[in-house]
Amino acid sequence: MRKYLLKRIFYLFLTLFIVATATFFLMKLMPGTPLQNEAKLTPSERAAILAQYGLDKPVWLQYFIYIGGIFKGSLGLSFQFSDQAVSYLIGSRMGPSMQLGGQALVVGIIFGIILGAIGAIRKDTWADRLATILSILGIAVPSFVLAILLQYYLGLKTGWFPVAGWEGFAYTILPTLALAASPLAETARFIRTDMVDVLSSDYIELARAKGLSKFGIVYHHALRNSLIPMVTLIGPLAAALMTGSMVVENIFSVPGIGEQFVKSILVNDYPTIMGVTIFYSALLCLLLLLTDIVYGIIDPRIRLSGNGD
Amino acid sequence: MADNPKDIAIKPGDFEPLDQQAGPDNERIAAPSLTFGQDVWRRLKSNKTAFTSFIILVLMFLVAFGGQAVYHHDPNAQQPKYANLPPKIKGVDLYGFNGHLKQSGKDVDAYAAAGAGKDVHYVLGTDYLGRDLLARIMYGTRISLEIALIATLIDLTIGVGFGIISGWKGGRVDLFMQRVIEILSSIPQLVVMVLMATAFTKTGMASIIAAIAITGWTTMARLTRAQTLQLKNQDFILAARTLGESAPKIAWKHLLPNLSSVIIIQTMFTIPSAIFFEAFLSYIGIGISSPQASLGTLISDGQKNFQFLPYQMWYPAIVLIVLMLAFNLLGDGMRDAFDPKSKR
Repeated sequence: MRKYLLKRIFYLFLTLFIVATATFFLMKLMPGTPLQNEAKLTPSERAAILAQYGLDKPVWLQYFIYIGGIFKGSLGLSFQFSDQAVSYLIGSRMGPSMQLGGQALVVGIIFGIILGAIGAIRKDTWADRLATILSILGIAVPSFVLAILLQYYLGLKTGWFPVAGWEGFAYTILPTLALAASPLAETARFIRTDMVDVLSSDYIELARAKGLSKFGIVYHHALRNSLIPMVTLIGPLAAALMTGSMVVENIFSVPGIGEQFVKSILVNDYPTIMGVTIFYSALLCLLLLLTDIVYGIIDPRIRLSGNGD
Repeated sequence: MADNPKDIAIKPGDFEPLDQQAGPDNERIAAPSLTFGQDVWRRLKSNKTAFTSFIILVLMFLVAFGGQAVYHHDPNAQQPKYANLPPKIKGVDLYGFNGHLKQSGKDVDAYAAAGAGKDVHYVLGTDYLGRDLLARIMYGTRISLEIALIATLIDLTIGVGFGIISGWKGGRVDLFMQRVIEILSSIPQLVVMVLMATAFTKTGMASIIAAIAITGWTTMARLTRAQTLQLKNQDFILAARTLGESAPKIAWKHLLPNLSSVIIIQTMFTIPSAIFFEAFLSYIGIGISSPQASLGTLISDGQKNFQFLPYQMWYPAIVLIVLMLAFNLLGDGMRDAFDPKSKR
């Protein structure tokens, strides 16, 4: 276990190192500097600004400074907001993103489990078909389309929820719904397939033969066993939420990381793009590692080892 | 001697013809032997949802790639005086398709207001620059389908090739290749897409293709590797090796046919995710760029006028959703069809 962990952590750092290096050199290839109104500047002003960003040094030195900075938690200065550190920018926008992501994950997983369980228990009935249609729709309707529709029909037209902004819990409802659709659908599909298998296994037959109630069987035996493989879904779901947050935060003007990321991409704010890229990669890597560890703990059939497979 | 067979008197009339349908016919093999393609086709036809999705996709392919031969409208031709006209189909008098709009509660003939003649009609209306929406949607669908084809191609070449080599070679090569996949798949696909879009200075397809080439094939490689590992120790492979068959030939003749169901199913799930990412990037403005149409840019443009001209977003959105639905349902159907547990 210990050896396995060390190995995984080594690969985590290796992955992040590769991402950071690739990002750095890709961004160096890009045209564009932090200088605004470049033509108006005198040479000395130019030099001063370049020095502020460390761009006066040779590229290899910039690279070492950047990689070294990451270990100290520094991701450079933003081009767009000339005196803000990227790490500060990310930190100050993390709250709303985490709140939305967390809420969407909770809503998505809970309702996904319910939907999936209904589908499996009432297999091949209208309830199953309805649950399947809902979950397929959740996967097929892109988050940005869903967000626009929710904003218009539940926000603007009926006025039930605030249209956009970030001033309290009410403002989180629509973005959460828009983000939750995809985790909900994925969970429902996963749970249904898994529970159909579990429900046809021998120990469920035994439980039924013993005369347990239907609810008891589903809750105590089927669901619990179906939930274990659910853990492996968390990585992909988190990645989907990152993707979704970029458009959903934009549509509902939520001051989160995704919204900032899109802005930075559109104005070529390279240091921020790099910072958010590394941040997202680190987050996903950590989640994948945690997933594997948790999976090993809760499922006694899985033994973590230092071997390749 | 009564036991002598010759003494038993048998007349032709003692026999009666057996009803051929009734008895078991030992000479016949129960199921007709099918080629792989026939088998796939038979299984596909028996699954109604998957088959419907398949037909829808074929139709969409035909319209997207051949539609311009019938519907002569340039997707990029601007006609500012006919901007924002709602859908109008000749001879149809149904709100939504008769060129009328509700403006501040009143029903207005938008075509008359724009001074358009009687013979002007746009089947799905026009956008804010007077471009024909149907032509643009057809063009955008074509882009989505092209992305689908490219993603499939990459999946089949890089993904399958990587998986087979990794599984076949084993040992250090396998270990190294698995680490490469592990690293690639722990980078969020979104991040790669964004980096490529920035790196290719925002010029359309190239960035999306590059991003798919970097990360789109890892799942396929994993699956084919796992299958190859199982297959390579089986007797028919051993036989081929004993007979001196070269490794590439074994891969082509023996491994690929046995991998094909896994490959087909996985492709069906790679495609919608590639289509989604193209639309997503184009929607946020770093995919297919402005004069060209993609379902993503169309939705993004339509969104601005959604309150007053909802058709501008609805139609591209519906096409995108139908496309995603059809590929997902086809994939589901294929998976069920190939599942050995459900084999009939």
